[in-house]
Amino acid sequence: MRVVVWLPGPLREYVGGAKQLPLDVTDGAVIRDVLDAVGRSHPLLERRIRDELGHIREHVNVFVGTDNIKDLDRLETRLHSGVEITILPAVSGGAR
Amino acid sequence: MTEYFLAIGTRKGLFLGHSTDRVSWELERADLGMNSASAVCIDTRRGRPRVLVGATSGHWGPSVLYSDDLGKTWQEPDRAPVSFPEGSDAALTRVWQLQPGRPAEPEVVWAGTEPSALFRSEDGGVTYELVRGLWEHPHRPTWQPGGGGQCLHTVLPHPRDASRMTVAMSTGGVYETIDGGQSWAPSNGGIVALHNPDPYPEYGQCVHKISRHPDEPDRMFLQNHGGVFRSDDGGGSWSPIGGDLPADFGFPIVAHPRRPSSVFVFPLLGDFDRTPPESRCRVFRTDNAGETWQPLEKGLPQDGFQAAVMRDAMSADDGDPTGLYLGTRSGAVFASGDEGDSWHAVALYLPDVLSIRAAVVG
Repeated sequence: MRVVVWLPGPLREYVGGAKQLPLDVTDGAVIRDVLDAVGRSHPLLERRIRDELGHIREHVNVFVGTDNIKDLDRLETRLHSGVEITILPAVSGGAR
Repeated sequence: MTEYFLAIGTRKGLFLGHSTDRVSWELERADLGMNSASAVCIDTRRGRPRVLVGATSGHWGPSVLYSDDLGKTWQEPDRAPVSFPEGSDAALTRVWQLQPGRPAEPEVVWAGTEPSALFRSEDGGVTYELVRGLWEHPHRPTWQPGGGGQCLHTVLPHPRDASRMTVAMSTGGVYETIDGGQSWAPSNGGIVALHNPDPYPEYGQCVHKISRHPDEPDRMFLQNHGGVFRSDDGGGSWSPIGGDLPADFGFPIVAHPRRPSSVFVFPLLGDFDRTPPESRCRVFRTDNAGETWQPLEKGLPQDGFQAAVMRDAMSADDGDPTGLYLGTRSGAVFASGDEGDSWHAVALYLPDVLSIRAAVVG
């Protein structure tokens, strides 16, 4: 199935300036699978989103539709075909 | 005409300076796309200088970038340059130190990190591997973070012996290897640990910085969290040398590149104040390995100065005479082209300075 990952401005340089990254993942995929796919195709982009332990960075939020995955099943949040995933910087991460 | 290049890492970006006299500087901000630059390095061992930066974004995490054109363009590999391997159960918080290896190994670069770990690069600082001998040291679970985080901030390769290296961390103290990094032993004899019931433990000291003289590598100078020390036996033992300094707390310590008995420090009132004594911005230099110290203040603010200088925000260049550079937490940067005798402002209103390095590049 195909999902779409929307990227904020600072991360678009890693996908040639595109605002969105369409990805084909297996039916029943979860957020972790999508980030794994990002890591295979765009490793520099992936490590801006999560660390080497696979944890989403502290000041990055990932939304499925309009829901923050922190309020769902986090990395195990299940997806359906055509869903829009949005990566956004948290307001808490601004430069001190 | 000699060309000097200055790299200033701040909490909000990297700034690069060019000068031919170390008095007038042209400054520009590097386009890193990252926030802070906690570690900078100018590696001049090959024909073309390579600038390395340990940068961290508050949102997007840490990385190491490099430039082979003095900061005009920056590269970052697809593979994470510094990354804890699977099974280590750790993730990189930031890079605190980027240190060229021995002159005989021009492709070797070392990185010290938070959490405290040592990484080795064999491709000129593009990618690094964890030094497992230190990471798997049985002391590691008991190292405690200082105020800045649990960091390995000092890497001192022995200039003549590839099997020997000294590192320092806060806290943890000094460790040395004599077998190329396979095993490490604490090397803190004589260094006080003011925060510990036993003031002279085997390890656990909060060492702030060490500097080693390149021509006399067994001579090292150390700025501790309380006390300035010298070792003449490669770290086997340390003796206090802060006698007539106005304060023996501080962060940076810089050995003169050519004179083994000359060292520079920036004293702060410690531990609970951390401002310069008498509110004066002064570097202190010894020319007799710590028996006496002289204040260097010409051209530095001497009235109402309250800012500290961080452990990597003071350094020397490789010019002759030696140039000295310091950057403050209040965003001021000063340069001296005469070994600290007089100083000129490079910038006054940058973000707080975390790291500074300079080199002759032409």
